Amino acid sequence: MTPTLILFFILALAAVASALAMLFARNAIIAALLLIVNFMTVAILYLILEAPFIAVAQVTVYAGAIMVLFLFVIMLLGAEQTGRTPARWWLQPASLVLGGLLLVEIVVIFMGLFTAPPAAAKLPSGFGSPVAVGEALFSRYALPFEATSILLLIAMIGAIVLTRVEKK
Amino acid sequence: MVPVSYYVGLSAVLFSIGALGVLIRRNPIVIFMSVELMLNSANLVLVAYARTYAELSGQIFVFFVMTVAAAEVAVGLALIVTIFRTRKSIDIDQMNILKG
Repeated sequence: MTPTLILFFILALAAVASALAMLFARNAIIAALLLIVNFMTVAILYLILEAPFIAVAQVTVYAGAIMVLFLFVIMLLGAEQTGRTPARWWLQPASLVLGGLLLVEIVVIFMGLFTAPPAAAKLPSGFGSPVAVGEALFSRYALPFEATSILLLIAMIGAIVLTRVEKK
Repeated sequence: MVPVSYYVGLSAVLFSIGALGVLIRRNPIVIFMSVELMLNSANLVLVAYARTYAELSGQIFVFFVMTVAAAEVAVGLALIVTIFRTRKSIDIDQMNILKG
C-alpha cells in the first residue's frame, strides 16, 4: 500500500459516501452542500492525476459558481422540502433495481474492455499545467473553444429571456 | 501509482448513484444535482485516462464538459424558476403539461 493508494481509498470513500448521503438527504440545501464535498474530493483526485488546472477549474466553476447558483435558487424558491412521496408506489423499488442494473452493466462493459491495463506513460514536464492546457486550447482546440463562448452567450441570453417578467 | 481501473470503478459507482438520484428523487433541483454528479463522474474517467496515456486532450475535453455543464445549469435553473412562478410549485409530478 503506497501512500497514494491509501489517499485514493480515503477520497473514494468520501466521494461515494457524500454522493449516497446526497441521494437520501431530505433537505435540498444539505444535498447541495454534500455535493460540494463530493466535488472537492474529486478535485483532489484530479491533483493526484496530474491535472492541476482542471482541479482548480473544478473548485472555482463547479464547487464555486454552479453550486452557489443551486443554493441561490433553492433559497429563492424555498424549495428545501418538496415531493417526498412518489406518485406511484412501485417507482422507488423499480428505480433501485434499474440503478443496480446500470452499475453492473457499466462494470461488466469496462472490465470486459480491460484486457491489458496500460502501463502509465511517461509524462512530459508541465503536463496539465495552465500553460500546457492554455496552449492546447488556443492552438489545436481554438475552434471548439470559440464555440463554447457562443454556447455560454446563448445560455446567458436564454436564462435572461426565460426569467424575464412580462409587463402587461 | 493508482491503477486506472480503480478510477473507472469509482466513476461507475458515482455515475450509478447519479442515475439513481434522477430516478428516485422528486425535487427537480436535486435531480439536477444528480445530473451534475453524473457529468462529474464522466470527467473523472477522462482525466484518469489522460494521465494513463499522457494525452492532454482528455483534460481539454473535461474543460469543455464543464462549460456545457455551466450553460446547462443556467438555463435549467431559469426554467425551474419560471415553472415555479407559473405553477407555484416545483413538484416533478405536477410538471405534466407543456402549457404555461
